[in-house]
Amino acid sequence: MIQVEGLTKYYGEHAAIRDLAFTIGQGEVIGFLGLNGAGKSTTLKVLGCVLLPTAGRVVIDGHDVVSNAHEVRQRIGYLPDVPPLYEEMTVGEYLAYVARLRGVTARDTTARVGEAEEKTGLREVDGELISTLSHGYRQRVGVAQALVHKPALLILDEPTSGLDPRQIVEMRDVIRGLKGTHTVLVSSHILPEISQTCDRLLIIHKGTLVAQGTEEELGRKMGGGGSIEVEVRGDRARALEVLKPFGAVDVDRAADGVVSLTLRASPDERPRVAQAVVGAGLELLRLDQGAGQLESIFLRLTHGQEVRA
Amino acid sequence: MKALLIARRELSGYLRTLSGYVVIAVILALNGLFFNAYALGGASKRSAEVLSQFFYYSSGFTIVASVFISMRLLAEERQTGTLPLLYSSPLRDRDIVLGKFLAGLAFLSLYVLCTLYMPVLVLVNGKVSFGHVAAGYLGLLLLGSASLAVGTFGSALARNQLLAAITSAVMLVALILCWLLARITEQPLSDVFSAMSLWNQHFPPFQSGLIHVRDVVYYLVVTYVALFAATRVLEARRWR
Repeated sequence: MIQVEGLTKYYGEHAAIRDLAFTIGQGEVIGFLGLNGAGKSTTLKVLGCVLLPTAGRVVIDGHDVVSNAHEVRQRIGYLPDVPPLYEEMTVGEYLAYVARLRGVTARDTTARVGEAEEKTGLREVDGELISTLSHGYRQRVGVAQALVHKPALLILDEPTSGLDPRQIVEMRDVIRGLKGTHTVLVSSHILPEISQTCDRLLIIHKGTLVAQGTEEELGRKMGGGGSIEVEVRGDRARALEVLKPFGAVDVDRAADGVVSLTLRASPDERPRVAQAVVGAGLELLRLDQGAGQLESIFLRLTHGQEVRA
Repeated sequence: MKALLIARRELSGYLRTLSGYVVIAVILALNGLFFNAYALGGASKRSAEVLSQFFYYSSGFTIVASVFISMRLLAEERQTGTLPLLYSSPLRDRDIVLGKFLAGLAFLSLYVLCTLYMPVLVLVNGKVSFGHVAAGYLGLLLLGSASLAVGTFGSALARNQLLAAITSAVMLVALILCWLLARITEQPLSDVFSAMSLWNQHFPPFQSGLIHVRDVVYYLVVTYVALFAATRVLEARRWR
């Protein structure tokens, strides 16, 4: 569906992305992960035919984004980082306008708008002015405009940005619902959103692609990830001695006979850790999955550094 | 045709927001005041003379209206972040520019239509040639179309609406002032500047009821060149 080779984009002297190369297959849901300013939006703008690349080649469904942009535009639906909304229109009018703009016939427009509203949960606000909508609904309208013409490829730039936790869950469901009917490329810097909705990840840092694969593949490549948080009552030295065989241990807190530790080991090890702790005569107060595998991979790949926006 | 879709949305945007009506109302009021004070006032005149003065003042107000109507066309899309919607849709850049321009022209025509009550007042109290009125209005529309196209170009260049209005106004004033350059330069340069002037050589014939092909062609060429330039600006912006 998408082939990217040597993609580079300069803004003046500054290279926003450099020599990106990846391929995305039909029907995949791909997470595009990176810190703010890593080059996600620039890449998606090139794929969305909004920006032209400085160098490199992007082919979408057999058509080049530079030499055959018109053909590419007929196959994509793009949600920029700021949803492109006309405040004075109602949701229904706006979606109908976008559908017509993207080649849906007048006869099919009503049905397509209805389907898009159904998928994104906008039915009840069809007649409302966009200017009166909450941020969550505006974001949904943004997604609806990207899919109203049933494009083969959906490019969503930070669809959950600025949403509250409940709206994030709802948006995640919307994106999950697109699986199978569209190829989806969704960017984010929010890790759970990516790990729960996407088949495969592309991790970009400072304009270059630093890793790609499924969460498991990345975990293997990076020598495993994840951690376990353990809280026990008992001797600190004993606790360390029991947990050492499972991996590196950091003591977070030790006071009043209670020791809190972080164990660098796969969360799958939790049952054995529990047995070992109890078997050693320590009282197990808490045993929990630590920061996610993806988070630890991501932090290692990006060295925990902030990049300039 | 995609340009018509864009034009329809843009026009409904003008009609649904207050700013468009405010622009029309204020300029119409000023136009009416000038008509009353200068065209109708003073020593008694023949109807054709009053009508000619009406078109004289209206031409200036039409240029001003064009600047205010065109300033939002593309700059607003850029300001509110809706340009990526158009850029990522299967449209040619010329469709975007043409659609925007047509909506502006339709709204400007609404303003021009609203000025019709003034020639009607002349008709009530005097004798008016319909040919004179038709020629004058054709002139207003052509002048408006050229100014609006320059405004569309300014709107494509600018980051926001205020800058768009300033840029367009500067370009239009420069075009109008070409006749001054024509006065201080020698031939053949003076002829070139004179022919380029937006108002001085090309509008007065319409004002007195005459339609010259060269004037019609001039305004159409300015319209085309400015819209072409606006399209080029949109294309160039994809590189940045």
